[in-house]
Amino acid sequence: MTGSRIRARGWGWRHAGRAVPAVAGLDLDVEPGERVLLLGPSGAGKSTLLAALAGVLGGEDEGDETGELAVDGAHPAGLRGTAGLVLQDPQANTIMSRVGDDVAFGCENLAVPRDEIWRRVREALAAVGLDVALDRSTAALSGGQRQRLALAGVLAMRPGLILLDEPTANLDPEGVVEVRDAVARVAAETGATLVVVEHRVETWLPVVDRVVVLAAGGGAVADGSPAAVLDAHRAQLAHDGVWVPGLPVEVARGGRHPGEALLVGEALRSGRDGAAVHEPLDVQVRAGEALIVTGRNGAGKSTLALTLAGLLPPVAGAVRATAPLRGELAAEAPIRWRPKQLASRIGTVFQQPEHQFVAARVRDEVAAGLRALRLPQPEVDARVGGLLAALRLDALADANPFTLSGGEQRRLSVATVLAPAPRVMVLDEPTFGQDRRTWSELVRLIASLVDDRGCAVVAVTHDADVERVLGDRVLRLGGER
Amino acid sequence: MTTAPTASAPSTAPARPRTRWRVVDIVVAAVLGVATGLLFVLWNSVGYAWFTAMDALTPGFGGLAVGIWLIGGVLGGLIIRKPGAALFVELLAASVSMLLGSQWSIETVYSGIAQGLGAELVFLLFAYRRFGLPVAMLAGVGAAAAAFVLELFLSGNLAKSPEFLGIYLGSLVVSGALLAGLVGWLLTRALAATGVLDRFASGRSRAR
Amino acid sequence: MSALARVNPVTPLLAAVLYSIPMLLTIDVVSAAVALAAWLVVFAAAGIGPRTVLRRAWPLLIAAPLSAVSMLLYAEPAGRIHAQVWLATISDRSIELALAIGLRVLALGVPTLVALVGLDPTRLADGLAQVARLPHRFVLAALAGTRLFGVLAEDWRQIALARRARGLGDTGAVRRALQAAFALLVVALRRGGTLATAMEARGFGGAERTWARPSTVGRADALLLILAIAVAATAIGASLAAGSFAPVWEGAQ
Repeated sequence: MTGSRIRARGWGWRHAGRAVPAVAGLDLDVEPGERVLLLGPSGAGKSTLLAALAGVLGGEDEGDETGELAVDGAHPAGLRGTAGLVLQDPQANTIMSRVGDDVAFGCENLAVPRDEIWRRVREALAAVGLDVALDRSTAALSGGQRQRLALAGVLAMRPGLILLDEPTANLDPEGVVEVRDAVARVAAETGATLVVVEHRVETWLPVVDRVVVLAAGGGAVADGSPAAVLDAHRAQLAHDGVWVPGLPVEVARGGRHPGEALLVGEALRSGRDGAAVHEPLDVQVRAGEALIVTGRNGAGKSTLALTLAGLLPPVAGAVRATAPLRGELAAEAPIRWRPKQLASRIGTVFQQPEHQFVAARVRDEVAAGLRALRLPQPEVDARVGGLLAALRLDALADANPFTLSGGEQRRLSVATVLAPAPRVMVLDEPTFGQDRRTWSELVRLIASLVDDRGCAVVAVTHDADVERVLGDRVLRLGGER
Repeated sequence: MTTAPTASAPSTAPARPRTRWRVVDIVVAAVLGVATGLLFVLWNSVGYAWFTAMDALTPGFGGLAVGIWLIGGVLGGLIIRKPGAALFVELLAASVSMLLGSQWSIETVYSGIAQGLGAELVFLLFAYRRFGLPVAMLAGVGAAAAAFVLELFLSGNLAKSPEFLGIYLGSLVVSGALLAGLVGWLLTRALAATGVLDRFASGRSRAR
Repeated sequence: MSALARVNPVTPLLAAVLYSIPMLLTIDVVSAAVALAAWLVVFAAAGIGPRTVLRRAWPLLIAAPLSAVSMLLYAEPAGRIHAQVWLATISDRSIELALAIGLRVLALGVPTLVALVGLDPTRLADGLAQVARLPHRFVLAALAGTRLFGVLAEDWRQIALARRARGLGDTGAVRRALQAAFALLVVALRRGGTLATAMEARGFGGAERTWARPSTVGRADALLLILAIAVAATAIGASLAAGSFAPVWEGAQ
């Protein structure tokens, strides 16, 4: 099997209903077997290009195509099985309920004979190092396993071109390495051409032999060997949100004044439906201090955070709010507070912003929690205006929250939780899948909450950089990694 | 770079309908069917309580609760805008409801087919070119009428008195027009505003 | 469940159709009682215990009496009139019809729910596409849609927790529930869109395809179909013999 050749000449695509093209005037040649890392600011059309190469961009009623795009000399929309695509969200890549069926799905669609299908399924699973039974439920897989399963599904189709759209952005560090290594092995064994989109450059440097940088709304602005491109464009790339190696984000922390304990967990075990997911813990959440909760997949980090946040009842032990946090409330346990009593004391930012949205406009979204508190309208307007400006959302005040980009949605979800001014903030993977720019905005904001406003922060994260900056105290669940 | 939509010359005249089903049409219709099926399961207890209480205590007013069970066809037609979409979504929703244990078992599927066809015929009548509020409400009424006819046989309603049947048909039609038609239309509009329907003509015509 | 596990999942579906259509033709006590009794015997013989039957068919215990009450009050009256309030009339005929319709709900519902609830979606889809020859693109999309059940259930939990975290939910329970349901629908359609992309990227959508899992029918399937028809025939036959057959199209005689 040999790799596919990509050729683009003045290629562009404008989604139907949008004024500005996602990609315009792109000239690009990729030789068979090349391994390309595709970089650029968010909105530069990287995902659009991958979708086009995979032939899944849709027909003429979904957008306007300009110029010419070819994979192995033909327009990709007419090809099936030549290119395989792995998407960012591990959940989105799983199609069938059982592991073997999921890998077989692509082969079936390409009308591969049955015996050949199962031979390919076993080969593909071995190639990505996924050693589970064929009838294993796909619901039971971790994020890293799911992405390798998706890669196996692609591989079983024997594509000449493998396209990966931020395949490791939503994974924990172990998952990232698992997937990266599987991709490296597959690329080396099959000789397929590889195009990867990813903000975290360092992860992929050992795998790729070429870096192409796209400009927002334009074509390629840089192209060459990884070392050459990174050296020449380091500052610009960092500004565009790319994680350039050797250029960590520095976030200044003010003088720390850890204050009184606001929340106390005593012999606390948290879990869902009565089943505890970790051993008893004693934990204190203090004003003016950030507590990082980390640990391997499934160690119960999110469950613990939701329990501290007064959203899940403890399985054993207790969560107690101290007098300074609880104020005039009689109940010590936050789980017993009413929703608006909770929201003005403990705010929670969920992993997926879309789960939190309740309004049709960004402005109303931020105001919703304040209206529930029955604050006077001028006060509501003032707080909403201030938060929107602080989180660079003022231009989007009248947009529908669901139409925002991933980074904007994340900032909005933080704004909605900040609005009732809680003293404790609980954040579940706040930096998941964010580019460097949004990342640094978020981390700076969280740091200032702790240092300047004396808030207590509990952040669940896999992100070593978040831990480095915000880890005033670190709680590691499920033993040492 | 925001993804905020910009209206590019929305066409007011109904465009020539594209009748070929794309993959995204099929899959989103399927997800819509599954989601509607879950709604049915919920309504099988909540709405059924109303339906039966009204049905047992009043002659035929139980029909007022039926509209929610007709919404699949309206949503499918309005969102997907393809021939067969109303039938597919309503039938799938009914099948999901049956497989999860609906009290009407296999009859759920017969109802799904009849109600889906009722809505489908209305969209067909307008040649899959008009998807406004009147058409949505008519589709709800179509589904309600089909449900009425089927139940004459399925539930043995033919044996009931003309007064009961008259009131039942009336409340079914009102419920179909409002709970299925109006609510379906409002839902489609609200969904279009969120951008999740951007790959569909129904989502792109939101600039109107 | 061993007996049902041996048949193709399409077979119970077809059996339910073949059984239910003749049974729907009449509203009488004899056919419904005979059929219900026959099925309970069949289940016992097939090793399907009363607990399994109850677990799957319990909604009928509510539905059956309620259908009966509606018929009791609003059937076109005939024979002796026992009570009358506005449009509700209890007559000899309505009592008989109410009993018959209540039993019919059980006779139709019990066997079909026992056979159909909890069918494995993957096997059912394989059967529908390969054996019943339904359009495979639609069948497979529906199958992929059902996999989202578990995902959406988790989404729903998160949405519910997020309402509380936002300070909402003290008031207006109905409005909050509707908002939460809408958020779930948005998330579901978003997932549907990416699912479509993922499926299309794996070559889904073409006219020709092969099947990794064969779906076949055999003797057990034939047996189930014959059984379904036999029970219906026995029930209808008994009702004809007893002279109680009451065709549904002759409703208001």
